[in-house]
This record gives sequence, C-alpha cells and structure tokens, in this order.
Amino acid sequence: MRPVQSWGRLSADLHDIVRLEHPATVPPQLQSHPQGLAYGNGRSYGDVCLNPGGTLWMATGLDHLIAWDAANGRLQCEAGVLLRDIQRVLVPQGWMLPVTPGTQLITVGGAIANDVHGKTHHALGSFGDHVRRLWLVRTDGQLIECGPDLQPDWFAATVGGMGLTGVIVKAELQLRRVTGPWMDTETLPYGSLDEFFSLADSSEAAWEHTVSWIDCLAGEAARGIFMRANLSQAGSGPLPKSGGKRMPFTPPLSLVNGLSLRPFNWAYYHLKRQGAGRALAHYEPFNYPLDNLLEWNRMYGPRGFYQYQSVVPLAVGPDATKAMLREIARSGEGSFLAVLKTFGDRPSTGMLGFPRAGVTLALDFPNRGERTLRLFERLDAVVREAGGALYPAKDARMPRDMFEAGYPRLPEFLPFRDPGISSAMSRRLMGY
Amino acid sequence: MAEHCARLWLQQAPAELVLLGRDEARLQRVAADLAVRSPLSSIEVQVADFLDEVAIDGTVQQLCAARVPDLVLIAHGTLPDQQACQQDLTAARQALEVNGISPVLSAEAFVTRMQAAGRGTLVIIGSVAGDRGRKSNYVYGAAKGLVTRYAQGLQHRLAGSGVKVVLVKPGPTATPMTAHLAGLGPTLAPVEDVTKAIVEGAARGKPVIYAPGKWWLIMMIIRHLPAFVFNRINI
Repeated sequence: MRPVQSWGRLSADLHDIVRLEHPATVPPQLQSHPQGLAYGNGRSYGDVCLNPGGTLWMATGLDHLIAWDAANGRLQCEAGVLLRDIQRVLVPQGWMLPVTPGTQLITVGGAIANDVHGKTHHALGSFGDHVRRLWLVRTDGQLIECGPDLQPDWFAATVGGMGLTGVIVKAELQLRRVTGPWMDTETLPYGSLDEFFSLADSSEAAWEHTVSWIDCLAGEAARGIFMRANLSQAGSGPLPKSGGKRMPFTPPLSLVNGLSLRPFNWAYYHLKRQGAGRALAHYEPFNYPLDNLLEWNRMYGPRGFYQYQSVVPLAVGPDATKAMLREIARSGEGSFLAVLKTFGDRPSTGMLGFPRAGVTLALDFPNRGERTLRLFERLDAVVREAGGALYPAKDARMPRDMFEAGYPRLPEFLPFRDPGISSAMSRRLMGY
Repeated sequence: MAEHCARLWLQQAPAELVLLGRDEARLQRVAADLAVRSPLSSIEVQVADFLDEVAIDGTVQQLCAARVPDLVLIAHGTLPDQQACQQDLTAARQALEVNGISPVLSAEAFVTRMQAAGRGTLVIIGSVAGDRGRKSNYVYGAAKGLVTRYAQGLQHRLAGSGVKVVLVKPGPTATPMTAHLAGLGPTLAPVEDVTKAIVEGAARGKPVIYAPGKWWLIMMIIRHLPAFVFNRINI
C-alpha cells in the first residue's frame, strides 16, 4: 500500500497499486486485484480518481499508439497515452486533437471518463464527440466494444462515466486537419461581466477558441482578459520554449493567499493588457500555459487546494456569475486561476457528462478548511438556484443531492456500473 | 527503457530499426507504436534467446550480415527479489544470468563485428546498483557490477578504434521493472528524463552516463563511505 494523491493534493491515502501492462493482460490483472479503479495521469483535482484503501489500476503503462489512418485522421491507441504525445506525433503530420483541456498531460482514458472540454467547446463539443470507438474491460472479464454507432448505450454511459463502467483499454479518435502548429490569437481586456458576455457572444461564430481569465477579487465589477484564436495558415512562427520547469518543493504555506493574490491578479491583468491585440502563437503555450511548470499544484502548500467549476444556463448566466463573484469578494477568499467561458449548445454525449449549454466558471481556492467549505456552500446555493451543475473531475466535496440535481440521467447510468469498481467519489455521491 | 530511447531516436530522424526480444506479441506492439510515431522508419522485430551463447551468436551474425548497425542498445534485465535470491540459488543464478552474463555475451557478439567494421556505438545499461554492493540488492548489483567491469575493459580494448562503448547507470526509474514501487514516497525518475540523458550521452559517446546526473554524486559518496559507516546504514 502506498500513498497516492490527486491533483488538488487534499489527501494522501494508501492504495494498493497495480500497473496495467498490456490491453490483453488487463482482464486477469483486474481479476487478481479486484475492487479497484483505473488511474491515469492523476490530473483530476478531487476524489474521482482515488480509491482509499483499495486498488488503483495504473493505466499509464498502456501508452502505445496502435494504428494511424492518415487518410481519414483516425488514431487507434491504448488508453494510457498522453494527449501531449498524440499532439507531438501528429501535429507535424498535419493533424490535431479537436478538443483538449487546459493541460495536455492527461491520458486518453481520463479524457473520455471525464468527458473533458476545452476552449473549442462552442465550436467542436467535448472530447467524447470525437471518440469513434472504445474498448472497455469489465472486472468479470467481459470485453465491450462500443461507439456512437455501436452499443451506443454503453458508449453514453462510459463517456463521462468516471471510470465506473469498466476499464477503458483502447480508443479510436477522430483528429482534424491543421496546416501547422500556429494559431492567430487576439487578446482583449474587458472591464465588466456584461462586456465579457457580449464579447463571448460576438466571438463564437468567427473564433473557434475562446476563453477568459477573470480577476475575481474585483467582485461584481469584475475585469478580465478575453482570449480568442483560430488555427493559423502560417507556415512559420514562434516555437515553444523548450525545457519546462518544475516547482521544486512544497512551500510550508500556500503561495496563493490574501497577501499575494491582489498583486498577482493586478500584475497579471496589466501584463496581459499591455500585450493585448493580435498575435501568432504556437498551440502549446496558447492552450497549455501551465504545462511548462511541472507540479505547479505544490504552490498551494501542504494542505492542497480545491477547484470549484460550475456551469449555469446562459439565460441566468450573468446574474448567477455576478452573485458568485459577490460571494467570493465578500468571503475574502480568492482565486488566481479563475476561468470564465461560454459553452456551445451541445450537451455531452455522456449520461454523466458535464459540458452543456451555458456559462462555466472555474475557480481555485487554497484549502483553508471550514471557511473554504462554507464559501462553497454559498456558491452551491447560487448554482442550485440557477439550475446548474458542478464538474466531478474537479470536485472533492459537492453534496449528493446537488450531484443528483445536476445529473438527472444518473438512474439511467447506474445499471451500467461495474460492481467491481468504485471510487471515493462514487461512494460519496452514489452511495457505493 | 529501450522503447523510450527508440521513441526519442526516431523523433530525431527516421531510421532502420530492429527490435530484438523474447516475446513476439510485445515486440509487435512496440513496433506498431513506433511505426505511427515515425512513418518513414523501417521497423522489424525479431524473437531471440539471449541466454544461450550459440543462439546469441547466430542472431547477431545474421543481423550483421547485410550491414553492421550504427548503434546497438542492450537494455534487457529484471529486478530480482533479493530475499528470494538468498533463499533460492536457482533464483540467484537466473538473476545473475539475465542481468549480467546475458548482456555481456550479447555485447561481445556485436562488438567484435563492429570492430571489424571500424565504427558504431554500443550502449549498454548497467545500474547505480553495480557501484557498491548493498544488502538490499547485491545479487542484482553483482550482475550489474559485472557489466560495469566488462564495459570498462571494452572501452580499453576499443580506445582509438572507431567504436564507442557507452555504459549507462540509471538510478531508480519509473519503468515496468519498478512498477511495484510506484506512488508517492522514494521518487522514481520519470523514464523520459532518464532516456533523454541516455540519448544525449550516446550521441556524444560519453563513456559513463549516470541518469539522472545527480546519481554520479550520490554514488561517489556511497562508494567512498568507509565500511564502519557504510555497515551501519540500512540501504
């Protein structure tokens, strides 16, 4: 038994660790180490990837590409392959993943199990929308092959299914053509939430990538930086800096705190405002700015941190977002990595998928115990009132009734669960 | 580890690659992966027995018939359970053969042909465990110590010839061999970091590579600890 953490570093419980070796050895491995959960690259924030006291089936050894159909842009690969490796192999050949989140250091299996989304959601949907096939191993040894047109019920249960329907061992992904690795970007500072919503609205048709950083300390009068981009036809451009850095140690206190946050946010806003306007950027620094600082999660100190990511319907989006920012400003807690984005009108394929029409706000908070949790309760009240939901991949604490309200297809999902698999999250939110 | 080196080499430039191993299905899996990563490379797989000297010689002979390779990486091995080796001489013998004798015989078969051709680089994986015997894994350490002395001798023999011999001594690395040590706690170096050091060192023909580099310092200290200190520490 060894301690394992998720990205939020809120706990370090003991797990029995089993490294999955080969798609073909997965069935016997699951049977000889039962009651487990697949674990990818450990980038989900809360307890969706943890199984304290039980087994974790480590999937990063399933890291082989299997077949590449260059004519149609279809890649078959094992589920432990990192999105980064797919991009680095195939972007030079003129193909890119249509949907990636803010880090590419995640596995294909994790991307499917959490039906991750990214800056392209309004144009291209979520990760599951580009999965053609997946192969699932159940703990009873059964192998299930499914896709949007093959056993679609199994597919819909597994996309966004938090790894609870079986272990994803292989997948076939649809990539998209690109001219090169560059993007035409535009950075626009905004001075209010209304300005954000009108920018988002006017950008969606012409810009494939949109996202914004928001200075949540300013309360309702939130200012921020809106970023939008399209794939570029440019034949040359800036290259990413090589040689990433690593956060070398865990500071005894969170570096994100009441003293640092105001100057951090002020400096970030003004720095970005200086650099506003159009530019040509490589897709890696544009899409994954934090991937160059490995183990950045350590900066929140030994107690770790929470992410709070909500989605609320667009009609009530401005009011709900204002109300959440008001609560945060009042609480004195704060967030540096605050992200605001509008989703397109394209609900996740997954029964438990998070992406849906609306506006999503993601916030990080250093873990300060009770006071942080009390703030979340007040934010929950706003999200419930708005008819929204929280993102399980980020969550470590949402109440069960809130999960049930946000995920009405839960009863439809439950029959697809594998009785040999559970997680800290499934026990917390589904009772087993 | 060999697989990750191959990924890096093919990323630098397409190449003709032959994968030698015991298990054909596993070799095919690696070959398919490398073929997607580097569509212009030619990749063959060949099943071979590395414990029998006649088989080794036959494999290498046939492989070198058309053309002596520019670069050979010998990276097979196991991490034996020290306790099992102490209790069971068969386990100890297997550990010594797989990690010591087999890589040495394989290297010898290649190096003779490379010397005749007058060029090439031979990279052989030793271990920091071969630098000083420790109670926690001295059977493995002894096998890797054999590889170390052998590589030294080869470097002496081939000095001034066109053939370079590179001995790599990885520290504990996150590979299938150390899977049971994963999780938090004593850190395993990411395999990408270790293979990057190997690929760069091999390109420069460095005689000895500690990977990651910090192990050079750690092992220098451990090698020089006097016995009365060394015998009191539990490593």
